[in-house]
Amino acid sequence: MRAREEILRRVRAASPFQSGEGDEGASVPRAYRRRAVMPRGDVIALFGERAAGRRAAVRHVAADELALAMAAMLWARDAKRVAVPAGLPRGWFAGLDGVRRLRDDPPLDHATLAETDGVVTGCALAIAETGTLVLDGGRAQGRRALTLIPRHHLCVVHADQIVHTVPEAVRRLDPYRPLNWISGPPSGGTLEILVVED
Amino acid sequence: MNSFVGMPSFPEASSVAVGDAQLRHNLRKATHTIRAKRAAVVGEQPDWAALREAGAAIKDRTLRHLDVYLERLEAAVVAAGGTVHWAADAAEANRIVTDLVKATGETEVVKVKSMATQEIDLNAALADAGIRAYETDLAELIVQLGDDWPSHILVPAIHRNRAEIREIFLEHMADWGRPAPPDLKDDPRALAEAARLHLRERFLSARVGISGANFAVAETGTLVVLESEGNGRMCLTLPETLISVVGIEKLVPTWQDLEVFMQLLPRSSTGERMNPYTSMWTGATEGQTFHLVLLDNGRTSVLADEVGRQALRCIRCSACLNVCPVYERAGGHAYGSVYPGPIGAILTPQLRGMAGPLEESLPYASTLCGACYEVCPVAINIPEVLLDLRAKAVTHGHVGQRLAMGAARRVLDSPRWLAVAQRSAGRFRRWTPKRLPGPLSAWSDTRDVPVPPKESFRQWWAASR
Repeated sequence: MRAREEILRRVRAASPFQSGEGDEGASVPRAYRRRAVMPRGDVIALFGERAAGRRAAVRHVAADELALAMAAMLWARDAKRVAVPAGLPRGWFAGLDGVRRLRDDPPLDHATLAETDGVVTGCALAIAETGTLVLDGGRAQGRRALTLIPRHHLCVVHADQIVHTVPEAVRRLDPYRPLNWISGPPSGGTLEILVVED
Repeated sequence: MNSFVGMPSFPEASSVAVGDAQLRHNLRKATHTIRAKRAAVVGEQPDWAALREAGAAIKDRTLRHLDVYLERLEAAVVAAGGTVHWAADAAEANRIVTDLVKATGETEVVKVKSMATQEIDLNAALADAGIRAYETDLAELIVQLGDDWPSHILVPAIHRNRAEIREIFLEHMADWGRPAPPDLKDDPRALAEAARLHLRERFLSARVGISGANFAVAETGTLVVLESEGNGRMCLTLPETLISVVGIEKLVPTWQDLEVFMQLLPRSSTGERMNPYTSMWTGATEGQTFHLVLLDNGRTSVLADEVGRQALRCIRCSACLNVCPVYERAGGHAYGSVYPGPIGAILTPQLRGMAGPLEESLPYASTLCGACYEVCPVAINIPEVLLDLRAKAVTHGHVGQRLAMGAARRVLDSPRWLAVAQRSAGRFRRWTPKRLPGPLSAWSDTRDVPVPPKESFRQWWAASR
């Protein structure tokens, strides 16, 4: 406690407080771009392009093709066991034979996760300009370790989750959730992205 | 980890470095590559100037009301289930972290690359208490295995080339865990893979993680760590206990402010539109125990300096290092601190005070070309602070400089004395010494003494009229 009082005392002694600006300080000039200036279609195309530029394999599919595309991608990797979060929509795996799903409920231990052939999740949103996925532990995503440990990550992005700029993303995200911003594959691994244009 | 205590002054240390052709080649190649990448991604950003202006304004706002924001951050972290500790100096921070690790009963910790823990030399303090700290950043690992010093904020092993790194891995990895494969090649992919395998088992078994943070949001209590390798997020997420050591200047007031820095930092530091991985968490997350250690260690005295306080805006992007002609030639070690380059030249003397020859020499480790100011994403006017610090160094001491200036004034004041001085300099030019005697040697240590001309302009004028 002594250090706390001492640091705050030194800060107050040093602070060049300027009168008339309130105790939070002057407002910040925000002349930078804060919303999309592109048509929706271009934003979605830009995301695909930028994510691919970050060494992710990106496929665009219609909503009714999702299950088939996912099956094809997992088969192509010869995946036998994939980890999935508890709340993954059942429909995603319709028609998928020969791939065992390990539900993270109860939580899988680290060693089990490390031995899987990959993990399948959704995301909270995606940023087109930077080719970034953001996961927040919400629906179809699960806890953070689930996507950190496996060497392959297959992520489903719905077109309406894609924003153009970073400020739009920050505005939509909830700071009280654990957030994981991902631009590119896990280290030593691979990232595939399925963009669902519904 | 070696500490930087008792380092020689910048001119001494840099004269060794500039003689090392290999080092200069490594540095030139690395800095020029990053420089070009940064220029490309900054150039494509139509609103860069506005982002930079906002970034500087947000940091100034934080610093002007730091007490308000520190208390707000503390309350937010506590409300989210974390514990907040305050450390006035390095010793106190090391004590707090050591006690926290001891309380878990663990003797090994994994570390996320962090400037703050480098600054306080935490690894040495932990080692004294019988706790082994494993660096998990690839470059930090190279530095740790090679029992070396970091020489760049972002790429601490920038002074090493691939062949040297291969040697270090082969020789020392086994002492720290999984050995390197005996047939290890020196291409970057093979080296990165060897490091990944060496580190992987640590992440999966570690129970205590130690990190710094790039930003701490006062409004929500959120901490932010940006990284390139993905090792950081493993250390932040998998252990049961997480301890983050954060300088008090890392605060930003609001959640919204991150929209500015999440654009400024990646583009400025690695020249990417976005860095590969960023973790954001608020308080105790997913069942973790979370401790935040707020570190002063000289920051409040920087804050008290009207000109110098802008150095606290720094977001440690290292763009100023990559663009600096002095850094490119002298390398990071010559700056004698964990903060090398232009930002180190203004930060180190302020954090430590003008404590010795190193700190007094650092404000002179610059040509004042201003490239650092131009690339700085938070518009720190580094040349301005350097000049201010030079003025302080002169009022403090530098006998030689005061003597020389006094003599010069007397000679230049009088046409007769000037004529005498010029004539004799011309006549004795063959005996111009390489080094000046006594206190004047401070000047000639870092420069070649110019040979005076045969005749002065006035002599020539009188003769040829």
